[in-house]
Amino acid sequence: MHSNKYTFIYATVLSIITAVLLAFASEGLKPFQDANISLDQKTSILRSIRSTEMERKAIEKIYTAHIRELVVNSAGEEVNGVKPSEIVIKEELAKPPKERRMALYIYTADDNKKYYIVPLLGVGLWGPIWGYLSIESDFNTVYGAFFGHKSETPGLGAEIAEAPFQQQFQGKKIMSEDHQFVSVNVVKKTAKTAYGPEHRVDGVSGGTVTSTGTDKMLKNCIEPYLSYFEKIKEGGDKMTLK
Amino acid sequence: MSTETINVPEKKKKEGLFSKKNRKVLRDPLDDINPVTVQILGVCSALAVTTQVKPAIIMALGVTIVTAFSNLIIALIRDSIPGRIRMIVQLVIVALLVTIVDQLLKAFMFDVSKKLSVFVGLIITNCIVMGRLEAYAMSQKPWPSFLDGIGNGLGYGMILVIVSIIREVFGSGSLLGFKVVPQWLYDHGYTNNGLMMLPPAALFIIGCFIWWQRNRNKSLINKS
Repeated sequence: MHSNKYTFIYATVLSIITAVLLAFASEGLKPFQDANISLDQKTSILRSIRSTEMERKAIEKIYTAHIRELVVNSAGEEVNGVKPSEIVIKEELAKPPKERRMALYIYTADDNKKYYIVPLLGVGLWGPIWGYLSIESDFNTVYGAFFGHKSETPGLGAEIAEAPFQQQFQGKKIMSEDHQFVSVNVVKKTAKTAYGPEHRVDGVSGGTVTSTGTDKMLKNCIEPYLSYFEKIKEGGDKMTLK
Repeated sequence: MSTETINVPEKKKKEGLFSKKNRKVLRDPLDDINPVTVQILGVCSALAVTTQVKPAIIMALGVTIVTAFSNLIIALIRDSIPGRIRMIVQLVIVALLVTIVDQLLKAFMFDVSKKLSVFVGLIITNCIVMGRLEAYAMSQKPWPSFLDGIGNGLGYGMILVIVSIIREVFGSGSLLGFKVVPQWLYDHGYTNNGLMMLPPAALFIIGCFIWWQRNRNKSLINKS
């Protein structure tokens, strides 16, 4: 039987050794991990404009050449001096809408068409869900959508991360004919709503909580951008008048 | 897989690196004392990570590395471990190795790490790891313990890979991401089996495997 003193010393020394090893592993691998996370985000953003690129280099190339990152506030002004990568969506969503700062990604295609990509964050059944939604320069038509999730049920809620669900969003409208924000609603096919088919997509059968979460996420995350979109539109109109 | 039918794990050693006994330590967990189908350990993760072959392979490698090295480390320090905090020491070593594996996956295999998500961390609670430490490494020399760890990791991995091959082929029509079910079959009305994508499918497959194994190897029947 070992003495108490021995047991204490043993436990302390073991803890210190493992802690030091873990600290080294964590610090040493951090640059690689950060690079992966940033690449993953870029890939997700490109997925929302219907890109299917898989190659690491190609993704970096398209991203740097075509995407402009900026930060806007809910008054519709561009915020200078802050990078989108510094914005933590979760913290911003917890703030009252007036104080929020939001990342926005603008993709300029080869034919000079612009797509505005909005990052999304919400809650599913088991954990967070997120995504990117790209909107055409009429600030109404959805060009494409991408969703991801942490731990939704495979085959049910996890279907939001699959192409068939995401493709439904293409060509949908977020504004009603009288210019009110109605978002794209994720509902059951048979559900009766006040909105026409251009404002709704079919939810995932068996994934009701995830579908509702996606629906809420879209409304919650797109709406604060509207004032910025409005400003650009006015600016754009003036330009054409000149 | 070996066709060996003798079991009853033996003890006592004192011989070369790959002596008959050491080979047996390495080989037995693949069949006669397979952690999943005979000891029924580690079933939880076997259900969760086997929808596709790639994550299953990575998970198998992760578990093999963790069981092998935790067995080795514990066997090396087994005489110095104070009896009263024995389990805690084992757990700390296992947690250390698992965390390092998790960090490596995040750094070099991000896609796989995203798919495996919490299950890498859950290797810590995988009964195979602690079970082998208590049952084997605490009382054996480092080298046989290391082999025992590798054997058990591979025995677990083998089941994982078999299950995941069946699930991926019938559930997604692909193998390691490549399409294997030809398009004309789909054109003629074939559809992927949705059940295969859900955890119960793994349970059925493992069940069938246990049935087949016991039918082939009668000595297992009365054991459990």
